[in-house]
Amino acid sequence: MGKRSSLITVAYRTDEGQPWVLPVVKKVEQKIANDASLNHEYLPILGLPEFRANASRIVLGDDSRAIKENRVGGVQCLGGTGGLRIGAEFLRRWYNGTNNTATPVYISSPSWENHNSVFVNAGFKDIRAYRYWDAAKRGLDLEGLLEDMESAPEFSIFVLHACAHNPTGTDPTLEQWKQIAAVMKRRFLFPFFDSAYQGFASGCLDRDAWAVRYFVSEGFELFCAQSFSKNFGLYNERVGNLSVVGKDADNVQRVLSQMEKIVRTIWSNPPSQGARIVATTLTCPQLFAEWKDNVKTMADRVLLMRSELRARLQALGTPGTWNHITEQIGMFSFTGLNPKQVEYMIKEKHIYLMASGRINMCGLTTKNLDYVASSIHEAVTKFQ
Amino acid sequence: MGPPDPILGVTEAFKRDTNAKKMNLGVGAYRDDNGKPYVLNSVRKAEAQIAAKKMDKEYLPIAGLAEFNKASAELALGDTNEVIKSGRYVTVQTISGTGSLRVGANFLQRFFKYSRDVYLPKPSWGNHTPIFRDAGMQLHAYRYYDPKTCGFDFAGALDDISKIPEQSVILFHACAHNPTGVDPRPEQWKELAAVVKKRNLFAFFDMAYQGFASGDINRDSWAVRHFIEQGINVVLSQSYAKNMGLYGERVGAFSVICKDVDEAKRVESQLKILIRPMYSNPPINGARIASIILTSPDLRKEWLEEVKGMADRIIDMRNQLVANLKKEGSSHNWHHITDQIGMFCYTGLKPEQVERLTKEFSIYMTKDGRISVAGVTSGNVGYLARAIHQVSK
Repeated sequence: MGKRSSLITVAYRTDEGQPWVLPVVKKVEQKIANDASLNHEYLPILGLPEFRANASRIVLGDDSRAIKENRVGGVQCLGGTGGLRIGAEFLRRWYNGTNNTATPVYISSPSWENHNSVFVNAGFKDIRAYRYWDAAKRGLDLEGLLEDMESAPEFSIFVLHACAHNPTGTDPTLEQWKQIAAVMKRRFLFPFFDSAYQGFASGCLDRDAWAVRYFVSEGFELFCAQSFSKNFGLYNERVGNLSVVGKDADNVQRVLSQMEKIVRTIWSNPPSQGARIVATTLTCPQLFAEWKDNVKTMADRVLLMRSELRARLQALGTPGTWNHITEQIGMFSFTGLNPKQVEYMIKEKHIYLMASGRINMCGLTTKNLDYVASSIHEAVTKFQ
Repeated sequence: MGPPDPILGVTEAFKRDTNAKKMNLGVGAYRDDNGKPYVLNSVRKAEAQIAAKKMDKEYLPIAGLAEFNKASAELALGDTNEVIKSGRYVTVQTISGTGSLRVGANFLQRFFKYSRDVYLPKPSWGNHTPIFRDAGMQLHAYRYYDPKTCGFDFAGALDDISKIPEQSVILFHACAHNPTGVDPRPEQWKELAAVVKKRNLFAFFDMAYQGFASGDINRDSWAVRHFIEQGINVVLSQSYAKNMGLYGERVGAFSVICKDVDEAKRVESQLKILIRPMYSNPPINGARIASIILTSPDLRKEWLEEVKGMADRIIDMRNQLVANLKKEGSSHNWHHITDQIGMFCYTGLKPEQVERLTKEFSIYMTKDGRISVAGVTSGNVGYLARAIHQVSK
């Protein structure tokens, strides 16, 4: 049958192409299994307290002034999707008036395909795209992005990818984030961060949270939907946290009380297993260190695959520029392959990627790098 | 500021109370005779099996764990049911009973073109109304509980249901009605099914206590099976929170009985479109546990015994409460306590009496007078009887 490579997986894969349960997760699960004092009772509506507090701390930082000032709250949710949905439901009910379904929601072009659906189902009627990916230069269309923010109605909601933009892998630089924040502050735009890859992108938790923390330090109120699916490899346990940063403690308490009402009619209270694993890991220094190490292992493998793929394409003299492969970050890469080239890859070379040209770097291994590189080379030289 | 949840808020108040004799008769979570949470042995064994298998953590499909879905439908309908055999149904894994009701409510809102109206029994579980309302449906009620008898208002129910506009949605508690504990008898279910059929109403069953009510899973699902047998294509929400004690793992299912396999496939595709923007796909842990229990003969047998054990203890507490109330010298008729079934009991106590129970005796319950019998033990049933007598004499 010949070789087959899947670059459309949505989960991390080892160099053997296998799923990877983090060693620290195995350890903690064993601990939980051996703890006879644990049971399966309901969690509170907003979730496991130790999980919520520590999850928020992970993204906002140990020295976060917002946490010290007690104006941060967490809602344990089912993955990043759940966090986005609960946040969207809250905003539709209570932001910019009461039940103001007309508040524009801006989602990057392109974005994760489910973003749109989440906000539509939460009741928002005006979903718009903001420019993001510049196909010609294979990078961020900062000018277009800032223009769209300048012309957005005040109080519009903007869904921002905290790091490792999905699907392009293209993030604003620190300087560009500062520019974005300045415009958003001036135009009273609401930042709703989607943080699905903290630690997984650069290998460093703090670095991947820089944008969120910068916005907080600039005085923004914001939401951040955090997923622990990828950085903890807990995909099917559905572990997420919606961090709420408000202007003061009283405000946050009120927000949380309304979050409870929203949660109560969707899932009542969240699943306990995954939250227990994360909370146990984050609150034990030894386990925490081990987790950071596991995360770095994943991030490093992805970075290696990026540099190896780029090196091969350049060595082959594949037409075009390929530095975007290493300049992009995270699980995904927008290769820039066009539909005809993608079709060739799938039909002739049995390499599966998205029609958009998006590949999952985790699908690359030391064993298939040569084949993938030569296939891309063929596709690009055969079809323009 | 949002008000505290009427049900879960009770537990929060209970936790803050420092009285050593305090009793939490609020939330419906089973407790053993020492007042402790009970992790079923069958659950522990299933967990050990899972741990030994060292499985990966890849995403489940949107509709959840297939083995669980199949086993769940078979548990509800019986594995020889014509519906199961023909495959004219779809079952999706959901976030326990709440998640199942919400997916169902959203599904009806989007695809049930005949009506926006949902009829709930009066009273019903407090969360039913906000769930359906948030999904965009309109709520109405049909008579159900008769406060004069603390029993089923059968005549009133039939009367109301026969006047419900055709093709409205009507919700039934399959067994162990929450909050009253009052269930129709089989002959009464037969008449209810007949009028539902006559009025062409859309039947939505909420089954959160299969096995937990009578101790017999087939007996507890009799009403659901009867409706289907009568040609009524119901939708069904199931929860494994109570009957497997898997509360915090959030294990549930939503089933739609369809006219054929083709319709079932189309329904499934639409359910997935609803689920994806809610939480993408469900949590695996509890569903794996439930699936292993339901499909392993030994564990299933053990589980059935444990469920019966829980049901039996509840029935025993009901008997003891009535006996103790008699001993206290109460002149009231407390028959309903033993006539009612399942986790909950509608005591018939008024809000002022409930308030006194809380303030004077640190006994916590919802203000409709509902008690969770699971919170009663042989150690505290005497105290409870004394307190109830004090506020009601």
